[in-house]
Amino acid sequence: MPNDMLFRNEPKRLLGEARLRRDTVDVLNFALVLEELEAEFYTRGVSANMLPDDVKPVFDQIRKHEVAHVAFIRGALGGDAVAKPTFDFTAGGMFADVFSNPQTFMMLAEAFEDTGVRAYKGQAATLMPDPTVLEAALKIHSVEARHAAEVRRIRGQKGWISGSSRGDLPAAAQKVYDGESNTFHFILAKPSSQKLGLSEAFDEPLTKGQVLEIVRPFLGGR
Amino acid sequence: MDDQMRPAGEAGPSGSSEGILGGAWGGSTRRDFMRTAIAAGVAIGIPMTLQGCVLGAAGRKKLDFGDDFGVLNYAYALETLEADFYKHVTQNPPSDLKPGELQVLRDIGAHEKEHQRFFKRALNVLRIEIPDRDFSSIVMTRDGVLGAAKTFEDLGVAAYNGAGSRVKLAEFLTIAGKIVSVEARHAAAIRDLIEPNSRSFAGDDVIDAMGMDRAMQPAEVLERAQPFFRGRLKVANL
Repeated sequence: MPNDMLFRNEPKRLLGEARLRRDTVDVLNFALVLEELEAEFYTRGVSANMLPDDVKPVFDQIRKHEVAHVAFIRGALGGDAVAKPTFDFTAGGMFADVFSNPQTFMMLAEAFEDTGVRAYKGQAATLMPDPTVLEAALKIHSVEARHAAEVRRIRGQKGWISGSSRGDLPAAAQKVYDGESNTFHFILAKPSSQKLGLSEAFDEPLTKGQVLEIVRPFLGGR
Repeated sequence: MDDQMRPAGEAGPSGSSEGILGGAWGGSTRRDFMRTAIAAGVAIGIPMTLQGCVLGAAGRKKLDFGDDFGVLNYAYALETLEADFYKHVTQNPPSDLKPGELQVLRDIGAHEKEHQRFFKRALNVLRIEIPDRDFSSIVMTRDGVLGAAKTFEDLGVAAYNGAGSRVKLAEFLTIAGKIVSVEARHAAAIRDLIEPNSRSFAGDDVIDAMGMDRAMQPAEVLERAQPFFRGRLKVANL
């Protein structure tokens, strides 16, 4: 069978002439949903005129990055990109004042960023056969981690996650932090004398399923 | 003995008895190690190709990027540098640090120490010797120390991002991913100390128009890190 036939239904790609693997397309579409969620969240939050002047530049910078991530991933996927979902950032009314109360907005921002970091981390291995995409994903992943640390610090938290603590976030956010206290990393079996430092020193991945469970309350609606 | 108590010269290869293949492999010679390595590799299901790498890499003195152990040693060298830096600056901290800033440096130092400890234990006899560190060029003021910390953290992030696609074993990539996001959290926190509530935490000086962080190849990273080592880090197969 000629290559043309073989690959006729395979996705095209923007990152070069080669075509994206099906697994890579799935990962990118998964990432795209998260980036769309973040991009719309910050775009609405920043334009809502509720944020205090002293933190506005921070959230505008994050907005800028999330919008750029959406554009990059959509471009990479071309016709294989999923449609932009609709979002309900109140999560069915649980966060009714998300775009009028900066405290609620920043709380959700922390949860979304810490989720994003763990979500990308969980997909890295799947991208290994596609080094260009892997590197792009890594470069986005560390930006999400910078965002997470900054939002946490603005909210008076440490920049890093201690144990599986959700800090002052509501119980509904616990799923974002479950499993973060893991201190076994393939080979490191012996616990250190400073256990908290050890758990802080390693962020943990989430599976696609775990991430979707976290974001599901924010999907749909309107 | 806590690693914190060791002299800056680093414990020798015999200083740790656990390695990449688990816990109990106390072999202090290359031959002992290889004997247990084969058994252990079979026991925990490390692929044969990787076992070949283990045996081939034992006893090396260079950062050999021909396999994953070179990449791990590269990470080990950078984490050693970072851990030592924070030890250096928190032992006699600059007097003009603001309240709370020393604790941030101590927290980060503890994380870097855990990273270093992880690679040290993982690599065991595959660990290369890291030249002694030299921080004499860092001005011991708040500005000097935070500026150096920013450089180290941004460099660490870029180093992991650039090395990710070199890693062959998925488990190592996942571990690198667990570490790099913490380095990025550090970078943001340090930048936030220097320029609070600004765009600097993920500033346009490091994040490009596509919203992406830097990814730096090992040669460039090592060139930037070299001034902080007393001897040259030897490199092969780059």
